[in-house]
Amino acid sequence: MLCPECGKRPATLHYTKIVNGHKSEFHLCEVCAQEKGEYMQMPGFENGFSFHQLLSGLLNFDASPSEPGGHGGAPKPHIHRCPTCGLTYNQFSKIGRFGCADCYKTFRDRLVPLLRRVHGHASHRGKIPERTKGELKLRRELERLKEELALRVQAEEFEEAARLRDQIRSLQEKLEK
Amino acid sequence: MSLEHFMQNAISEWMRVKGPESHIVFSSRVRIARNLTAYPFPMLSTSSQAEAVVREVEEAWKKERDSHPLLKDAELIRMRDLTDLEKRVLVEKHLISPMLAEESRHGAVLLSKDESVSIMINEEDHIRIQCLFPGLQLERAWEMANRIDDWFEKHLSYAFDDQCGYLTSCPTNVGTGIRASVMVHLPALAMTQQLDRLLPAITQVGLAVRGIYGEGSEALGQLYQVSNQVTLGQSEDEILDKLQGVVRQMIQHEELARQRLLETSSIQLEDRVHRSYGVLAHSRIIDSKEAMQRLSDVRLGVDTGLIRGVSANVMNELMVMTQPGFLQQYAGMRLDAEQRDVRRSKLIRERLSMEKDQDES
Repeated sequence: MLCPECGKRPATLHYTKIVNGHKSEFHLCEVCAQEKGEYMQMPGFENGFSFHQLLSGLLNFDASPSEPGGHGGAPKPHIHRCPTCGLTYNQFSKIGRFGCADCYKTFRDRLVPLLRRVHGHASHRGKIPERTKGELKLRRELERLKEELALRVQAEEFEEAARLRDQIRSLQEKLEK
Repeated sequence: MSLEHFMQNAISEWMRVKGPESHIVFSSRVRIARNLTAYPFPMLSTSSQAEAVVREVEEAWKKERDSHPLLKDAELIRMRDLTDLEKRVLVEKHLISPMLAEESRHGAVLLSKDESVSIMINEEDHIRIQCLFPGLQLERAWEMANRIDDWFEKHLSYAFDDQCGYLTSCPTNVGTGIRASVMVHLPALAMTQQLDRLLPAITQVGLAVRGIYGEGSEALGQLYQVSNQVTLGQSEDEILDKLQGVVRQMIQHEELARQRLLETSSIQLEDRVHRSYGVLAHSRIIDSKEAMQRLSDVRLGVDTGLIRGVSANVMNELMVMTQPGFLQQYAGMRLDAEQRDVRRSKLIRERLSMEKDQDES
């Protein structure tokens, strides 16, 4: 959305003011917010609070367990950098955007908890491009069948379970080809 | 430029058609984000890489032109070929994002003639396919976006990962890359002070609500955009179903509130909508805040049958046409805020008198 104050710049600052129990929400661009002096009224947010900063707040919150020795901002000997585009995780956590598709692989370990926090899930269940579809579809089907098999076994429906087992076998063979 | 001619440019063809539930839902939009494997995301791509992305998309489009009339008549517009005002007008029509207009060095948009399909290139992601339909038609919008996506995919290699789905520059879009949104008009819920309870409930189920114009719960013109937040871990159909379900409930609540208002304070409501019509039809200076509120009232009057002889579309049209970019385009020059307020009231008067002429003829 555009900043309603100037109508020119995108509104990046979104906040709610509560005065005497009366709640009002504001959406401003950073320039207008500065002019209105709204920045000053928000302790702790001297630089405003834009969407990407909100996201990076989530990112920094994630004290990565995979990298030990985070002694309160001591420089790390090894900087995790995407080999394809050169983006570091630090840069990502500041701007809230990845540089290329490979960043998802590079930063996977740290990304999973973040995705859970943002989406409540960490794995895709939607559309699959036609090109990758064939194999992936089979693998998804395989997973589904395995889950069902477990349920059937639990419910002692052995006839159905045997049928599923055969289906799983033939799928596995197909995938191995 | 005559008003009629200007309107031809100002109002997207898709807006002229009446959609389902149009008494409350103005439009449905689905946009999907896609990236190409061969290039870094736009934020980090070099000029030549960004140009290559535009070329690849252009070529894919040319190969698929005959797949659908919407693609056949489309036009590829590069941001660098547009003036600031032209870009702003596209933003006000919701056809491109402010980011594409302002930040993108090598941005382009592939726009269908009726403007229901707009494909942004080199925005935050390489490709953003957006489909707009009048009224509540989320499924149709998704179906169209999905088909275009399929056609493009035949020629383009998309960045996709088994686990994360379609990879996007910002992890808040990853997975399906889908953002579905519905624009709803909720004047009766606002008048009966029920929005304060309704809107927080919506955010609790993982959807976002925001005013389209103005601030928060007192959104100008009581126009809200409801959209999905989650893009990962749910299928497109699940995402759309959930949004559609919530919007249907909002429609019911709004309908009920309108009915109650008509039953309990009919004369007050009648007074309010006609008073607003009077202001729009006769004032000589009007700022955008007042204009939005009056237009919202009149639209409610039309939708509840209290005002006759004005087509429901007038409000949607005027909401777009009275934005600063449009006013300046119509005037053919830059205008300051005071000049805009005068032009705005003039434009509204002219538009309303056209309605009258049509009514009499």
